[in-house]
Amino acid sequence: MNAHVANGDIAERTRAIVGALRSLEGPLLPILHEVQDEFGYVPHEALPVIASELNLSRAEVHGVMTFYHDYRDHPAGRHVLKLCRAEACQSMGGDAVADRMKTLLGVDFHQTALDGSVTLEPVYCLGLCACAPAAMLDGELYGRIDDQTIADLVAEVRR
Amino acid sequence: MSVTIYVPRDAAALALGAEKVAEAVTQEIAARGIDAKIMRNGSRGMFWLEPLVEVEVSGKRIGYGPVKVKDVAALFDAGLESGGDHALCLGEVEGLPFLKEQTRLTFARCGVVDPLSLKDYEAHGGLAGLRRAADMAPADVVKEVTESGLRGRGGAGFPTGIKWKTVLDAVGERKYIVCNADEGDSGTFADRMIMEGDPFVLIEGMAIAGLATGATKGFIYIRSEYPHAIATMTEAVEIAGGAGILGASVLSSGRAFDIEVRTGAGAYVCGEETSLLNSLEGKRGVVRAKPPLPAHQGLFACPTVINNVISLASVPVILEKGAVFYRDFGMGRSRGTIPLQIAGNVKHGGLYETAFGLSLGDIVERIGGGTATGRPVKAVQVGGPLGAYFPRTLFDTPFDYEAFAAKDGLIGHAGIVIFDDTVDMLKQARFAMEFCAVESCGKCTPCRIGSTRGVETADKIAQGIEPEKNRALLADLCNTMKFGSLCALGGFTPYPVTSAMTHFPDDFAPTPLIEAAE
Repeated sequence: MNAHVANGDIAERTRAIVGALRSLEGPLLPILHEVQDEFGYVPHEALPVIASELNLSRAEVHGVMTFYHDYRDHPAGRHVLKLCRAEACQSMGGDAVADRMKTLLGVDFHQTALDGSVTLEPVYCLGLCACAPAAMLDGELYGRIDDQTIADLVAEVRR
Repeated sequence: MSVTIYVPRDAAALALGAEKVAEAVTQEIAARGIDAKIMRNGSRGMFWLEPLVEVEVSGKRIGYGPVKVKDVAALFDAGLESGGDHALCLGEVEGLPFLKEQTRLTFARCGVVDPLSLKDYEAHGGLAGLRRAADMAPADVVKEVTESGLRGRGGAGFPTGIKWKTVLDAVGERKYIVCNADEGDSGTFADRMIMEGDPFVLIEGMAIAGLATGATKGFIYIRSEYPHAIATMTEAVEIAGGAGILGASVLSSGRAFDIEVRTGAGAYVCGEETSLLNSLEGKRGVVRAKPPLPAHQGLFACPTVINNVISLASVPVILEKGAVFYRDFGMGRSRGTIPLQIAGNVKHGGLYETAFGLSLGDIVERIGGGTATGRPVKAVQVGGPLGAYFPRTLFDTPFDYEAFAAKDGLIGHAGIVIFDDTVDMLKQARFAMEFCAVESCGKCTPCRIGSTRGVETADKIAQGIEPEKNRALLADLCNTMKFGSLCALGGFTPYPVTSAMTHFPDDFAPTPLIEAAE
């Protein structure tokens, strides 16, 4: 992840990604995923490159990129913590877990901590509904979250 | 003789610490010089016992669970490798009532086999259905599926065979099979479990669908919230391709079928079939108006079968054992088995596959064991965030598409989320509207605007502002959304809201204004 990429570099690297994936049927989502993997977000400068390479309008690429929750237009924190907000987790105190996490981390949902340590995001279901409440930290899953798990997660992102 | 020790790699087992347990087991095996190997299986679906460690002793699988890292050394001290006794020992896993009383057709191999071993898959009956289908005329395969009575397990309950027949009869240069693995409903995890625990059954089901309809290409669209399922499915597709199950000549039949795994980008509405197709095409996941049906003009305007994971994963056993075998399970027009997903505030949460027809109360109280908190059950939401909340007085409703519809509910993807008596149903109704507002694709007005107005109206009721008038307004909004929305997101959001108002009126009763209380 590199938050300070030169514009020319972004265009060049984006063009390489499009080149590798353009033969897919309906390649736009895979390309956006790959661009986000490459830069940690989808840089504003990447969109016109994708549009011109795929012969789409800029508006169309912008429209797709902004439609989906996964794509971000600026870098995330060093860690991304996703808390499940859906019904099964609600039934097991998910709201209280979310409140406590927000307080401890000093951020609201969709925000990144000032020190850049963590971005907190809501997620609607991780498929862990029989071991609720659940969370995902940088791709690692946590079920049956209790006070200890909350403390561990906070310690982990602050490390 | 080498002993096999099973430690699940299912996402829920991992969320409960299975990875660290597997590491500890590996260390103990090495430190003690035991002749044993670890197999990372899927989950049996008994999540209160996860991580569930099993050992095979003279052909029987003895279970221990839930195992924590700190228990591992003691388990080996007690002779785990030979099924030794320990406080966590559950005896023979197949003998546990939760498993023993199930009828596992679709999930027969899940938790049993190594998910990525084709050898294991075949040894447990895998590929028999595809082999049979490869020897049949496409129309006969479709007929077999139609006669089985299989209905879409994704939620809508549309007969699978009829969908397939439409695509078989449709004219198109190319045809597609699209697997909807965008399982976004709260309380559902059957798709995830099958993709992580028995991915080849889905591949086999899709290949059968391809042979039956003349489709040569399949897509599995998996939500990005399921990274483990994506990884397992991707690997399984590669293995299947290498073994000639997929490719230019499926099982040497001379007929081609290939599969590509695609990752979603975090949009709940993409679980709606036409949104999903748009998303696969690289567009915004906006709903399409029907007609044309996807079966006529689906992916890239070609005839397309779009089925849910469990629908497709149910097909191999139907082809293997025949339509009659499958149809003999169930009740009324709900045939075969349904993988129930028991979740939320419940003691024994997990996956329970059984023939249609058990009563809701039986599922919640007997099988689920009531709430995890030990408090009384107040409400049960069946069918995900767009499903109705049922009170205890409806516990005698049998699990059947028509019986649920008759009580203004729906079965959906068979997710069952249990709530104890601390739940505030006005809050749940508000959440349903809020969720719809966040996830609406924006194409139709009732869903886009109705949901936001719904949130505001629920808030006014909560604040005691003209409660009677606002309750009437909320009911009216629900009516508009139900009949005016283009797809199920706006059309079904009224189910949780209306059911909450109908069955739990006390939670919607006027409360004094905050100002008045001060």
